[in-house]
Amino acid sequence: MSEVVDGTASAADAVAAKKEPKILVCDGNEAAAWGVVLARPDMVAVYPITPQSSLAEYVAQFVADGVLDAELVEAEGEHSVLSVLHGAALVGARTYTASCGQGLAFMFEPYFRTPNLRLPIVMSIVNRDGITPQCVWGGQQDAMTVREVGWIQLFCETVQEVLDTVVMAYRIAEDRSVMLPVNVNHDGNYLSNGVVRIELPDQAEVDDFLGTPDVNWHVALDPERPMGVDPLTGGATGPGPALFVGYRRGHCEGMQNALRAIVEIHEEWARRFGRRYAPLVEEYRLDDADCALVTIGSMAGAAKDAVDAAREAGVPVGLIRIKTLRPFPLDAMVAALDKARAVGVVDRAVSYGWNSGPVHQETLAALHYCQRRIPCLSLIGGLAGADLTQAHFARAIAETVKLLDAPCPRTPVWLNAED
Amino acid sequence: MYEVRLHGRGGQGTVLAAGMLAKALVAEGRHVVAVPQFGFERRGAPVAAYLRVSDAPMRAMTNIYAPNCVVCIDSSLPRVVDVFAGLRAGGLLVQASKHAPQDIAVPPTVGTVAVCDAVGIAREVFGRPITNTVMLGAFARASGLLSLEALERALAETSFRDGGLAQNRHALALGHERTVVHRVERKEAA
Repeated sequence: MSEVVDGTASAADAVAAKKEPKILVCDGNEAAAWGVVLARPDMVAVYPITPQSSLAEYVAQFVADGVLDAELVEAEGEHSVLSVLHGAALVGARTYTASCGQGLAFMFEPYFRTPNLRLPIVMSIVNRDGITPQCVWGGQQDAMTVREVGWIQLFCETVQEVLDTVVMAYRIAEDRSVMLPVNVNHDGNYLSNGVVRIELPDQAEVDDFLGTPDVNWHVALDPERPMGVDPLTGGATGPGPALFVGYRRGHCEGMQNALRAIVEIHEEWARRFGRRYAPLVEEYRLDDADCALVTIGSMAGAAKDAVDAAREAGVPVGLIRIKTLRPFPLDAMVAALDKARAVGVVDRAVSYGWNSGPVHQETLAALHYCQRRIPCLSLIGGLAGADLTQAHFARAIAETVKLLDAPCPRTPVWLNAED
Repeated sequence: MYEVRLHGRGGQGTVLAAGMLAKALVAEGRHVVAVPQFGFERRGAPVAAYLRVSDAPMRAMTNIYAPNCVVCIDSSLPRVVDVFAGLRAGGLLVQASKHAPQDIAVPPTVGTVAVCDAVGIAREVFGRPITNTVMLGAFARASGLLSLEALERALAETSFRDGGLAQNRHALALGHERTVVHRVERKEAA
């Protein structure tokens, strides 16, 4: 921060003092690693897994080169990775990790406990489809499978948004009214390895945005201030269920508080850094739309191109992109859905229980609160790294338009079935 | 918008070449999306990388199916991969080959053939057939899409496993210098 010498410093000087952002040409994994550098975590623990591996390697290289002053723990597996970070977060450290797919599966036991311990850990999920059959490619089955574990889940569309969201995630996680872990999701393959031009925010400006870390007030393991963590609750002969219910209700309240925090923090980011992202639900060309596609993650780019092409051809269609899936942004989603008469939801994952997609199920739940009955079709694509192109979204739009005149099928459209 | 598909084999630096090309194009004020084809890391297996360049920002993070240009940095690859798949009419082929461009068999969609004896140059410079930076020089020469200087600067920001910066700059320059560009003459239909 430059020192103000006297009272005559003009606004022009302030503008001149603002540094030109450095330009990077990099993929989403490198962008996430730069976001980690800017957030200055005290401890990083990682175990590599495709397509997250290069992210782990970038972070390790930054630590080795002195670009990032953090303790790096190369644990023997994902279960240990997150257990190590539990200890670090409990003593007040700012922490980071990244995983995906089978790595997340192996991490599940401590992953399950992280939000209940109210630890503000930030973790990238470089979304990968599930096995079997063998697959190391992108897909959102990993994140969708854990959407009821109690982490905040944000989904990025672009490489720049990956970097910006990793930084913002610390403010969200560490907000005193939230105190919950955040998953920043970016699609394996198309975002993890897709290279574009991005801007690297200035470190001093990010320091100013993040402020002094404030995570040591909560359940810190402090010899001067001993505190019981993770108490035994419930049971017929124990202290009764009230304490446990209190934990659960408090967790739900923290999640609801996060909706406000996510909006405010995105707003502040836009003010400081000039890049504005819809914090909860993005509405694209939705006013006067008959139909809307619901999308999530990197697919939205090609989907918006398809919406533009359909609009040029006279089809009144718009798009909804979910940035925040957990907590579910009910009000924002209902407001967006109310603008459409028919909806098609494109999922990059499968809901086996409902023969549709997870985001389709989320959308159906939100539609209950809409003013009128809106038909809602499930479309599933992009599994196992499959490409979702403008042509796929043109088809998704055409299938959604059919709902205006015909009954809505109860089975999904499989977009890459012929690819 | 101009779309390029690079073909090579695992270990030759195809994806790295696409990354250097992306850096150089951005330095010249263009927007890029470079997405590699996803595969296991296996030396010798066919790999591809896609690069889209435009004067305006692009949103779609997708593969490329109808390229304007195909760059093939391996001389034997056209025998096992259809490198011409989806090439736009009048498209450009930049091929690593010791043959003359007139002697390369190409489909009717190819409008221009550029050849560079990248393996020969790489053996001369590195002592090994690592052809990626050689073929970037060939691409710059054949496409006219960017300057050799922009590529030199992009190389300077890259860490190389095979050879140092000086060797790679030399390879780039030789690739640029020794590329032969040939416009395919087509007989009018009778």
